[in-house]
Amino acid sequence: MDAANEAMVRRAEEIIDSYGCRRENIIAIMQDIQAEYKYLSQDVLEKIAEKLGIGVAKVYSVATFYENFSLEAKGKYIIKVCNGTACHVRKSQPIYDGLREYLGLQGKQKTSSDLLFTLETVACLGACSLAPAMTINDEVHAKMTPEAAVALLEDIRAKEAQNG
Amino acid sequence: MAETKLTREGFEALKAEARALLEKQQLKVLVCAGTGCVASGSMKVYDYLKEACAKRGLNVMVALREEDHGEGGVHLKKSGCHGFCEIGPLVSIEPLDILYTHVHVEDCDEIIEKTLLGGEVIERLLYQRDGQVYQRRDDIPFYKLQQRIVLKNSGKSDAEDILEYIALGGYSAFEKALFEMTDKEICQTISDSGLRGRGGGGFPAGRKWESVRRNVSDVKYVVCNGDEGDPGAFMDQGVMEGNPHSVLEGMLIAGVATGATEGYIYVRAEYPLAVKRLRIAIAKAEELGLLGDDIMGSGFNFHMHINRGAGAFVCGEGSALTSSIEGKRGMPRVKPPRTVDQGLWGKPTVLNNVETYANVPQIVLNGADWYRSIGTEKSPGTKTFALTGNVVNTGLVEVPMGTTLRQVIFDIGGGIKDGKKFKAVQIGGPSGGCLTEEHLDLPMDFDSLKKVGAIIGSGGLVVMDEDTCMVEVARFFMNFTQNESCGKCVPCREGTKRMLEILERIIHNEGSLEDLDLLESLAETITEASLCGLGQTACKPVLSTLKYFRNEYLAHVVDKYCPHCNGKKHGLIIDPDKCRGCTKCARNCPVEAISGQVGKPHVIDQSVCVQCRACIGNCPFGAIREE
Repeated sequence: MDAANEAMVRRAEEIIDSYGCRRENIIAIMQDIQAEYKYLSQDVLEKIAEKLGIGVAKVYSVATFYENFSLEAKGKYIIKVCNGTACHVRKSQPIYDGLREYLGLQGKQKTSSDLLFTLETVACLGACSLAPAMTINDEVHAKMTPEAAVALLEDIRAKEAQNG
Repeated sequence: MAETKLTREGFEALKAEARALLEKQQLKVLVCAGTGCVASGSMKVYDYLKEACAKRGLNVMVALREEDHGEGGVHLKKSGCHGFCEIGPLVSIEPLDILYTHVHVEDCDEIIEKTLLGGEVIERLLYQRDGQVYQRRDDIPFYKLQQRIVLKNSGKSDAEDILEYIALGGYSAFEKALFEMTDKEICQTISDSGLRGRGGGGFPAGRKWESVRRNVSDVKYVVCNGDEGDPGAFMDQGVMEGNPHSVLEGMLIAGVATGATEGYIYVRAEYPLAVKRLRIAIAKAEELGLLGDDIMGSGFNFHMHINRGAGAFVCGEGSALTSSIEGKRGMPRVKPPRTVDQGLWGKPTVLNNVETYANVPQIVLNGADWYRSIGTEKSPGTKTFALTGNVVNTGLVEVPMGTTLRQVIFDIGGGIKDGKKFKAVQIGGPSGGCLTEEHLDLPMDFDSLKKVGAIIGSGGLVVMDEDTCMVEVARFFMNFTQNESCGKCVPCREGTKRMLEILERIIHNEGSLEDLDLLESLAETITEASLCGLGQTACKPVLSTLKYFRNEYLAHVVDKYCPHCNGKKHGLIIDPDKCRGCTKCARNCPVEAISGQVGKPHVIDQSVCVQCRACIGNCPFGAIREE
């Protein structure tokens, strides 16, 4: 286990304890861990199983059932392009395609090779009246176009480059 | 605040104090803090106003209880969603009764200078339509036809201040239910009101409550379904963000009526702001003693919990939702036993939708007859709709049941965007159907819509204009349901997959006429044999588009060409004014598509032309162009 993973497991333990190691809180526990680390590593899943007194398979079954949980590491910025009905009819697909192209994502790849961005779709953000919408780390950006979306990412890239 | 326990007398005193405080407020600035306006930048406006007012020596107060230092203070509030997100960020100023639209930081100094200090209206920030300027919100056509019960306080009061909710009559219905009504009377009132489940099913809420009340059990639960997963729907989000206490109060009343002592609110993870507002609301209610043990000395205990969903649409189904709260995979089970008998942790459970609970306090306060006077006979009350898509005014709408689609789309919604023609409206999300021009005058209530193969559902209305391909719409929904099928039962898991494949084939102009029959027969099997509502209704979008827009399917499978998906047909055209009839193009055409007499304009036979463009290069007069 590398150092980063170890720290993650230690933090996971604290979170599990804060929920009193109660089995019914497994979803909330995983949500809290993921809120900090953006994904759930195998070691974390095993720790959850151990502390809650259930099988690893059970933990895995819950983690894979829900769309929000990721078992793979993600980029620093998570972009979610809304593909709800309202956004779809107001042309959200070109935004997604444009960002994929900008980030150079191939096949099933979701995270850019510099580990800065992860591109996902989301069923509905509830910002339908400002469609098409997308979020960058949970901040909603309304009335998007492919160009505006790429511009937002370029700003972030520039800012990141500046901060080294 | 609650060092001493809240008694009923204490609550009465609190109510009086809150009312007096609210009346004393002179100048109120409400910045909309709904998801839509926040996305448009309303919080920047809020922060700037706060700072700029303070700089000018104006006493800014953010909470109702905050000490009012003499004259000239401004109360700055974060309000719930106005519903008209399109024209946000919205700022309303009371008691001047002004609604400013598209307010940005740059406008703030002018607002303070002219309106707050000078009492003057800034016309350029008002809503304008068809040359008319509207100062008051309720005069705007978007609001004029609405009747707001559930969204009554949304946009008009502070969503995070419990005292303001109490001042406006909040928790009085709970007090009445707790001290002046028996459990049976409450259930009877809800039954008499005819309130039906707003989550889509339309099951009578009173009957549900009565079943749970009658069940004998050591513990019972009240669960609120805030897992508004339908793409294109955000009504419950608006209620949870804008008026969270109304949901808590409705659940508390359900608790009193059924003998339940634990409440769970299940909210989608995609609504972080709703989760935040509900958490604040619960904390404030606990602090005041409106939640907890022995509430107001009545002996009634009630504890409230929040569960965040984790991105599974199927959890909107009752048994899947309860199993998700229990920390399991959210998969539906066979019913019966019904949730009212064996719900959460196998105990009797009242499970209603956000909007249903939000209606309850008003019904208890004003009586069943009052509620029945609104809406239609079989579907009393109002319904909130999320109006979106290719419509001029998008936003959150609340109208009496029985209002027609035409009124909502054209009168409130302002018609179709960019002057295009109306084609269809998708109602009820992935479980609903598409309706057409001929249904526009149909009253929207539970039963009328059922008759035409649609449902009110939770209330998503996605309007589509003439440029929309309805086969693509059907494919979109099937793709959604396919993704969200939990995989437990075969008809839904495998059936939706096959249907999606067929639809994709059709979209790519590779389908056949037999595919349409296959879609219909698969749809029948999936509808009949699926376990839960997700599968049983998954085929509605396909069936309704097949019924009302069959010619669009035919365009894809017979003509192999859809004007919406494949764009305008490309073709090469000879301009008769430029063509001199030199015959060069006809001689060079490899497929002999060009004909004409020497010296006269030639024409291209589009059915033969392969668009090789050889003619363009050969024409000495530049008479041939692509269109």
